[in-house]
Amino acid sequence: MQADVKQRAIALLKEGTADRVLGWKAGEFFYDLTPAVFETSEEVERDFVWSPFSAPNLSKYLIGETRKPGKIAAFLKPCDTYSFQQLRKEHRIDREKVYVVAVQCGGMCDIEKIKALAKAPTAIREEGDMLVVSTLYGEKRLPRQDVLAERCLSCKSTKMAYYDELLGDDGEDKGDGRFEGVRRLEAMTPEERYQFWRGELSRCIRCNACRNVCPACSCEKCVFDNPTSGVENKAAANSFEENMFHIIRAFHVAGRCTDCGECSRVCPQHIPLHLLNRKLISDMNELYGPYQAGADLETRPPMTDFRYDDPEPSVVARRGGAQE
Amino acid sequence: MRKEPLIPMVAQVTEIRVDTPDVKTFRVVGLDGKKPFTHIPGQCAMLSMPGVGEALFSITSSPTNPNFLEFSIKKCGCVTDWLHAMEPGQQITLRGPYGNGFPVEGDFRGKDLLFIAGGIGLAPLRSVINYVRDNRANYGEVDIVYGARSKDDLVDYPEIMEQWCREPGLRVHLTIDREQEGWDGHVGFVPNYVKELGFDVNKTAVICGPPIMIKFTLSALQELGFEKTQVYTTMELRMKCGIGKCGRCNIGDKYVCKDGPVFRCDQLDRLPDEY
Amino acid sequence: MKKIAKSNLPELLAAMAARGKVYCPQPDGAGGSKFAPWTPGTPVAQGCNTRLGPKGLFFPQTEELVRFRVSGKELEIREAELREEPFVVFGVRACDCRALEILDRVFLSEPVDGFYKDRRDHGVVVTLACSQPEETCFCGTFGIDLTNPQGDVTAWEAEDCLWFRANTEKGRELLERLPLEDGEDAAVERAREEAREIAGRLPLHGLTTKGFERGRMLELFRRPEWAGLSESCLGCGTCTFVCPTCQCYDVKEFDNGREVCRFRCWDSCMYSDFTLMSAGQPRPTQKERFRQRFMHKLQYFPDNNEGIYGCVGCGRCLRQCPIHMNIVKVMKTLGGGEDA
Repeated sequence: MQADVKQRAIALLKEGTADRVLGWKAGEFFYDLTPAVFETSEEVERDFVWSPFSAPNLSKYLIGETRKPGKIAAFLKPCDTYSFQQLRKEHRIDREKVYVVAVQCGGMCDIEKIKALAKAPTAIREEGDMLVVSTLYGEKRLPRQDVLAERCLSCKSTKMAYYDELLGDDGEDKGDGRFEGVRRLEAMTPEERYQFWRGELSRCIRCNACRNVCPACSCEKCVFDNPTSGVENKAAANSFEENMFHIIRAFHVAGRCTDCGECSRVCPQHIPLHLLNRKLISDMNELYGPYQAGADLETRPPMTDFRYDDPEPSVVARRGGAQE
Repeated sequence: MRKEPLIPMVAQVTEIRVDTPDVKTFRVVGLDGKKPFTHIPGQCAMLSMPGVGEALFSITSSPTNPNFLEFSIKKCGCVTDWLHAMEPGQQITLRGPYGNGFPVEGDFRGKDLLFIAGGIGLAPLRSVINYVRDNRANYGEVDIVYGARSKDDLVDYPEIMEQWCREPGLRVHLTIDREQEGWDGHVGFVPNYVKELGFDVNKTAVICGPPIMIKFTLSALQELGFEKTQVYTTMELRMKCGIGKCGRCNIGDKYVCKDGPVFRCDQLDRLPDEY
Repeated sequence: MKKIAKSNLPELLAAMAARGKVYCPQPDGAGGSKFAPWTPGTPVAQGCNTRLGPKGLFFPQTEELVRFRVSGKELEIREAELREEPFVVFGVRACDCRALEILDRVFLSEPVDGFYKDRRDHGVVVTLACSQPEETCFCGTFGIDLTNPQGDVTAWEAEDCLWFRANTEKGRELLERLPLEDGEDAAVERAREEAREIAGRLPLHGLTTKGFERGRMLELFRRPEWAGLSESCLGCGTCTFVCPTCQCYDVKEFDNGREVCRFRCWDSCMYSDFTLMSAGQPRPTQKERFRQRFMHKLQYFPDNNEGIYGCVGCGRCLRQCPIHMNIVKVMKTLGGGEDA
């Protein structure tokens, strides 16, 4: 697959389908790929990598890239295609300037999980379902399943939301399995749940990586960066305020979050932020019917849509939610 | 009491003078009624109102003034809006002085001096000019070129007219951007006026004003034959600490709050042009 | 040299804790480790670098400076008290120890930052030599010997024992009150030799500072490669906050209704509002902000500090940057590259 993807990128540049290619660039190690724009087939040949470490969701870069002249070919994983569609829906991307190559994916690996099992990895190769990891301290064989990223273990769908061209086969919807983590949280008592989040969020260093990587956070100027907003802050004056940042952010992206999982992937403190978003997705599905942000361009997101048969606040109250 | 650089003292604003539609001058003393500290012309101080914010301002009064500090402040942001709205008697916080200041006891000594200011840019220069006036024997001839958008925007016009203009050995050249009723002085931008005036090059020049004005005035001086080593200017970047530690005014190997705000123009050539 | 059996580590930490808190690496509950106060029964984390360095023990992410009470036109001011509590930090790695020396150059130079100095004066730093560095380690590039960290006391792990050497008076005082016995240091030498052998085959072993000598500031500043290096930067603060030497801060206020609390907090030159003024923005795009961070570490800081670089090669930014852009990639792109 690595070779196919790379050859396709080169061909798109050569045949003039695109002037630039948005993909992942090789780093110092096998796992530290950087999103990059390639302008020549030589660059692609030298540096383009499609691997289980092509984790960054490239959709958000298209906001800036489609403002430049010329056409760009973007390589998107299934979950990335939902972000792409959602950004189109929000008129953030000039679709005419993008050629979408969707690439089927077998799940991304989490380098932190690999490192926990194989300290100081320097090389990796796949042998069927096993990964053979060379480290500074010897070789380790790890089942691929054990080092898959959390978001891939609870993948929502390998079915593409959109593409101009598909590499590999289109996949399928994975059902509601992804809400297992949410169910576990819901099973907690309010006090347990409160303590769980206080514990997780206590690690937050307010680096804003979750916000900056989030395709749904595409405001030109974020309220948290605006000194005149009254809520701008670089660090919390107290711990409760810190927790509010994430809760406010989750509400801001509710109905627009496609559940791509980038927030949890980038968190340097490994806070399971996607659970906040998933809880809201799960609640919206329950209250307003199933909805997948980015699945299409037409359906109105539940939070900006009013229907006469929308559940009344009393329904929410009966669920034991709002009136608690 | 320990001396903690980030912890301010409480000071009091005793007088507020309206200079122009958007500039006021604030007289500040300590709670004991005395001048809070001594400074070098060109140095700055941090003023703040808790709950509003803290900001760095250049000290307008001359060190030779024994009684108080003065700050001429243009209304242009959160802190300055608040300062403009307050009344005399208000307590504020103060810390400083910060920065290097002008080399009034170094390079400036014995020289003919040419001060060129635009708008609120006169604020830091007023400190030097009055220092020079009070130590007249140590300096040569003084020329002041000062321009503003209109006559009403010339900061502390009375002092300029009643004191500076009447002082021997001190020449004042005023200009405003556009014709105005009741103005029979020069009309035009500062850089052009400098060229028209055609100063001889045996002077040390100081420019202070908006970045664009500094840039064109420097070119004008170079056209007249000035070297960059003869020209000083002041720089303004965002600052929080005033003591070269918080990092935001870092440019090249310099911290504007500590190593500046006064730079000789040839020094600026050795810094990244990120200001 | 002094030693204690590793199995007696809890006794050792208990003795250290007799006169104040002992901070040591502990599991952070999310697969990593963090410096936290030790209490009997808490496990000490193995492995190399904590997710965040010990920076926060001396320069906390949020720190109150002063409180104000406003009544009418009057102001009442209350300074935050210095803590003046003795504490020990155990398990600081060579890179993080050098990082503290770099922070010292900033905070202890005139005018001295009293809050930082208080913590430095009252903290005893016990370093721990590395025996199993990570693939992302490159402290050697900056002349740091991972087998011989400094600090007030240096500790080594060798042959089921922990070995100690005092480097300062503070360190000697600490060792005197610990339950240690005397021992020959041959085992330490063997352990150091093993670690040096591993250090010699680290993937980034050959990385040099060639191309970042003093006097190249403007040339490096103007290099066209900055555009490509910064193109996918998210503008988040991860690299800054996990960096043991980054020390930029902001001063902010919090009004609790009764008092205005003025505090300082970590800030990042990567943030868009870092240099934003009402008069304009000298660094309008992420390229300039990105460039500032690396120019500061590789040029501006050394220019002011006898050539000492502002990076210690701890590898945290390599590991934690969401898009895997980091100082190694910058150095390889702009510098003289690797020696054979």
